[in-house]
Amino acid sequence: MHETGARRYPEKPARVYLFGTCLIDMFCPRAGMDALNLLEREGIEVHFPADQTCCGQPAHSSGFPEQARAVALAQFALFPEPWPIVVPSGSCAGTMRHHYPSLFEDDPRLQAQARALAERVYELSEFLTEVVKIRLTDRGAPLRVALHTSCAARREMGTHRHGRALLEQLPGVDLAVHGHESECCGFGGTFSLKHPAISSAMAGDKVDALKETGAETFISADCGCLLNLNHTLQKRGEILQGQHLASFLWQRTNGEERQ
Amino acid sequence: MSAPALHELQFVPASEFKRRSATAVDDAHLRQSFRGAMDFLIGKRAAQFPDPAALERQRALAEQIRQYSLARLPDLLEQLERTLTDNGVNVHWAENAEDANRIIIDIAQRHATRLMVKGKSMVSEEVELNHALAAVGIEALESDMGEYIVQLDGEKPSHIIMPAIHKTKQQIARLFADKVPGVAYTESVDELIGIGRAVLREKFMSAEIGLSGVNFAVAETGTLCLVENEGNGRMCTTVPDVHIAITGIEKVVEKLEHVPPLFGLLTRSATGQAITTYFNLITGPRRPGEKDGPREMHLVLVDNGRTQAYRDQQLRSTLQCIRCGACMNHCPVYTRIGGHAYGTTYPGPIGEIVSPHMLGLNATHVLPTASTLCGACGEVCPVKIPIPELLVRLRVEGQHDAHPGRPPLRGQGAAKSALVDAVWAGWAALYTRPALYRAFGWLATRFRALTPSQQAGWTFSRTPMKPAARTLHEMMAARRRR
Repeated sequence: MHETGARRYPEKPARVYLFGTCLIDMFCPRAGMDALNLLEREGIEVHFPADQTCCGQPAHSSGFPEQARAVALAQFALFPEPWPIVVPSGSCAGTMRHHYPSLFEDDPRLQAQARALAERVYELSEFLTEVVKIRLTDRGAPLRVALHTSCAARREMGTHRHGRALLEQLPGVDLAVHGHESECCGFGGTFSLKHPAISSAMAGDKVDALKETGAETFISADCGCLLNLNHTLQKRGEILQGQHLASFLWQRTNGEERQ
Repeated sequence: MSAPALHELQFVPASEFKRRSATAVDDAHLRQSFRGAMDFLIGKRAAQFPDPAALERQRALAEQIRQYSLARLPDLLEQLERTLTDNGVNVHWAENAEDANRIIIDIAQRHATRLMVKGKSMVSEEVELNHALAAVGIEALESDMGEYIVQLDGEKPSHIIMPAIHKTKQQIARLFADKVPGVAYTESVDELIGIGRAVLREKFMSAEIGLSGVNFAVAETGTLCLVENEGNGRMCTTVPDVHIAITGIEKVVEKLEHVPPLFGLLTRSATGQAITTYFNLITGPRRPGEKDGPREMHLVLVDNGRTQAYRDQQLRSTLQCIRCGACMNHCPVYTRIGGHAYGTTYPGPIGEIVSPHMLGLNATHVLPTASTLCGACGEVCPVKIPIPELLVRLRVEGQHDAHPGRPPLRGQGAAKSALVDAVWAGWAALYTRPALYRAFGWLATRFRALTPSQQAGWTFSRTPMKPAARTLHEMMAARRRR
């Protein structure tokens, strides 16, 4: 576990950067827009640097640090102002906050930059809870919901409690606990491609546990877990689908109909 | 009474890991039995650590003790050799498995040994001692109940603490009825244990040599600590005339006072016990006037690749391990595939980080990839080994030549492939060029209907991934224009 001791949080800022992540960019852009909507509704000006691509995690976790460094470095110059960098993904936030400094350990100048950037990185649910201190008004119909927390959010960022805290602000949401809740969904980035049989077994067990709660939908703050679980459920012909925490919160609190 | 089947060499090359793990996940019985057993152990451990803050303090202390010991490893090993020698123990150094087996066979042959009874020792599994002994006509009999069961069935342990955890009561009942003469089929656990006990009691008395592992070796006092529950460890180390202990060079600590914090975490993390039934402190053979204990004692200190881990500042933390098995109990991959699929003596997360040093990356480079990096192992490790970080490091070493100025690991770069290198080079080229990246996103979304329906391992059990209609970049750009 990386996040030892309580993190000190700043006052609510006037402006933030949003780092959308490559998976959200291509596969769940709605989640990125809803993260922006939630932040703007709190009176925060959101800047989305147009040159952002990816945090570099896929190469880092696959054993290609040179390529991870190159991609990470391409993000360094995109956040020149001292504003917080909000990331709607626990694993990408974890990479930027905890792995950037060690990625550049051979270069003190770059490592100092990496540390300075890492200091400003917040996972979305963490930022909404601890910095914005958001108060949500539930406008949705009663709904039974399960929550899957990504391993990076739980063990690197220590933000598993924040997603739960946000959902608990919604009186219409009946939050179900699923079996082996802290267990990995089996995504693991390239693990899902390298070890498809093991990955599928893990994903299968996770969707079984989610289904067993009788929840009508499930929430995750990580697009990787959502893709893994939703496509597994689709292949099985199940109706149950998960959604990103940002989208769920925005829909529940903005009076929009649930998808 | 015929002897149990000799332990057959069943080491399967780790390169077959993918095939074996795929077979294992399809075995509903295996899945169910490991899930049940791991849940039980996870629950037992959790009950021992009700206060997270107290556990953190204990882990920090244990980590400190292990790091302190490893920082002084060469000195402590020399000190251990001196104190043990003063206590009347013969100390042997084995650089590899062959050395260890040769040393033990020499001792056994000097004593015209026909039977060696063994307490539980993973290092003896690591060096394939039983197989080496069988080759020279010496019977090795496992006396730990779990080890006895897997030996009887010609298998290898599937867990470092609970070797027969993959077996059901019914399978053990069938095994005993088939292999132990004069035994009727019974599913009563008490009766099954009674059968094993009866066989073993007789053997303890007739064995020329008892062999055991070591949990901690104390340099200052020359004491070998042995943690066990069944009393078979005490029998092996006290009844036969000769006792041979075998252990890895990393097990040494400086002072006796360093043992209790490690011992307390070991038993709680492993089996959820506050303390084991037996804790043996062995400080030399029988002394004049004493009525029991071995007349001759040996310690075999095995390197077998540990020095490679020791030499590297980051990889050295691998050697902090006290072999509790908590990492495998909490590992979602181990829980799905069981211990045998790994094909190595040490399965699960600890096996993935220690086996490359023992067997080389050429045989084991796939093992560090068999993890989602979920971090459950590192979270429960009582000595705070950063297992996920070591897995990533070993992935790097498997994919690349040695870093300039660092000695290569055995089998360094064994996973290298021109295709994979090209994929990551292309990936980096795309993700370091924002305009190109946006153009790629534009194309992928416009032509999303052409997305392949077969996507490598992904579509094994999932529908294909398909880009959204528009990227977030485009949605943000459209918003700016409004």
